[in-house]
Amino acid sequence: MKLGTSAIIGGMLFALAIFVGLFAPWLAHTDPVMGANLVNAEEPPSWIWWFGTDAQGRDIYSRVVHGARISLTVGIVSQLVNSVIGVTLGLTAGYWGGWWDDVVNGLTNVMLAIPSLIFALAIMAVLGPGLTSLLIALGLTNWSFTCRIARASTLSLKSQGYVQAARVLGYGDLRIMITQLLPNMIGPIIVIGTLGMGGAVLAEASLSFLGLGIRPPYPSWGSMLSEARDQITTAPWLSVFPGLAIFLTVLGLNLLGDGLRDVLDPQSRSRRT
Amino acid sequence: MQAASSGATIMLDPAVRPDDDVILSVEDLAVHFPLGGGLLGGGHRLLRAVDGIDLELKRGECLGLVGESGCGKSTVALSLLGLLTPTRGRIVLDGHVVTERRSVDRKRLARIAQMVFQDPYASLNPRQTVRRTLEDPLRLHGVTARSEIDGRIAEMLRHVGLRPEQAGRYPHEFSGGQRQRIGIARALILNPKIVICDEPVSALDVSIRAQIINLLLELKESLGLSYIMISHDLGVVEHMSDRVAVMYLGRIVETGGWRDIFERPAHPYTQTLIAAIPDPLRRAPLATARGELPNPLDPPDGCAFSPRCRYAEAVCRREPGPSLETRPDGHAVRCWRADEIAGQLPS
Repeated sequence: MKLGTSAIIGGMLFALAIFVGLFAPWLAHTDPVMGANLVNAEEPPSWIWWFGTDAQGRDIYSRVVHGARISLTVGIVSQLVNSVIGVTLGLTAGYWGGWWDDVVNGLTNVMLAIPSLIFALAIMAVLGPGLTSLLIALGLTNWSFTCRIARASTLSLKSQGYVQAARVLGYGDLRIMITQLLPNMIGPIIVIGTLGMGGAVLAEASLSFLGLGIRPPYPSWGSMLSEARDQITTAPWLSVFPGLAIFLTVLGLNLLGDGLRDVLDPQSRSRRT
Repeated sequence: MQAASSGATIMLDPAVRPDDDVILSVEDLAVHFPLGGGLLGGGHRLLRAVDGIDLELKRGECLGLVGESGCGKSTVALSLLGLLTPTRGRIVLDGHVVTERRSVDRKRLARIAQMVFQDPYASLNPRQTVRRTLEDPLRLHGVTARSEIDGRIAEMLRHVGLRPEQAGRYPHEFSGGQRQRIGIARALILNPKIVICDEPVSALDVSIRAQIINLLLELKESLGLSYIMISHDLGVVEHMSDRVAVMYLGRIVETGGWRDIFERPAHPYTQTLIAAIPDPLRRAPLATARGELPNPLDPPDGCAFSPRCRYAEAVCRREPGPSLETRPDGHAVRCWRADEIAGQLPS
């Protein structure tokens, strides 16, 4: 199996983000919330304070490291929810057709027509800020592309001989969907999911920036950017490092998504003889 | 259960008691597809894909079902397998009436009748190894012992001319002919009694066709199968079939034994089909049916073949074709002028 350069670079960036998130307590120098000390306020990056410190004297490096936990949790979990919803709706709509297809199509069109960030904002406004509300808001608003892809793949796959053969062999609808249809559309779904994860990381940052996501003092990359807004000219390191973290993570996920597209083609699977 | 009980009623009713030899019988099968009407909901049109056909398949026999693309052959196949609900008519498979598509019935049906598909590239799941393709149906139908599964897969692969060691491979590692062998193995893994072959060789290279046809014939003998061989190619059917039914626009226009059809074709449509078989020994140019198959949404008045028939007379254009009457020798023709034109081949 030959992995493309973009998949390798993207995978490494994403793996780095995961590693940082998993081992945040060991990697961080100080406590991201409680480690405030006004003596060290607004120190520029140095050998002691790698990424500098903020107005309360908290170590930005430690906060970025801890912020990875929240950003990645939101990115991965909400996109998983989106993928499950999208695949379930798209697969069943394409397979059964009829009124259910009309309902799913209508719902998808509505979701596509409303900007998902605005929709998420509305949900956050109702549920209030916090990690759980973020997961719900982002998990329910971004499944329409997955759904479209799943439905379109189902429509083209279900007339294939092997799906008919499965019916002739007595397979039930659910078994056909899981064993015959899903494995043959999983490639594009994973690609869309990886790209969507990047989108979710960005959406978390946007919502937190707007004050509706993770609330200060807890560090998420978006909320750090939000706090750093007033000092962008006097202490640019406050916004540069969380911004860089978002940039590298989203870039990594996008590269990974693009790279996986090539790998997940069945013809390019290694010969295993 | 319902299918079983209605199956039992047939057995008790002497009037419709089926021949013990008959493994499949179809009476007055019709499949109509409603097509969307106009904007106001009016003017629903019916596509009469299959419009009242009778078929009978005896044990160990191969029935060829021929006709042009769009004549309804594949629709017949899908109805026989319970994948399409007929508009009317009755299908009895090995004593079981094919009813709705309830899962219990479908599973039982699966053990009676199976299908070999046309395109060996689209009919195998590219994500499943040959082993999975053959193992899943066995498990679904209650074979769970590892050793039995392994044994049956290995035996089936040998039957179709593949090596059991190849079971771990994916479909893209096989050639077209080998894939079709896998497709045949999948159709036979549940030990069905009837196999419906839908154009099993038309997607294959000519050099491979004979191999697959011979394989199908060998398997028929060694496993005691009955075939319905669907093809638009009379040459293939000529090789394999004991009896032949010729379909035209959703109806059977002629049916009879191999010899009747190929040596004394009585329906003008059959005659043109036979004349269209390429024959290197016959110098005459190929005679083909004039024109295209009529639009089944708008069938011609009178006999459906009359616009393309070289013998058509006033009666053919006015009256629908006569009913299919079976002569004592089993030969049946749906043509007003059959007696006059029987046996002729257009040159």
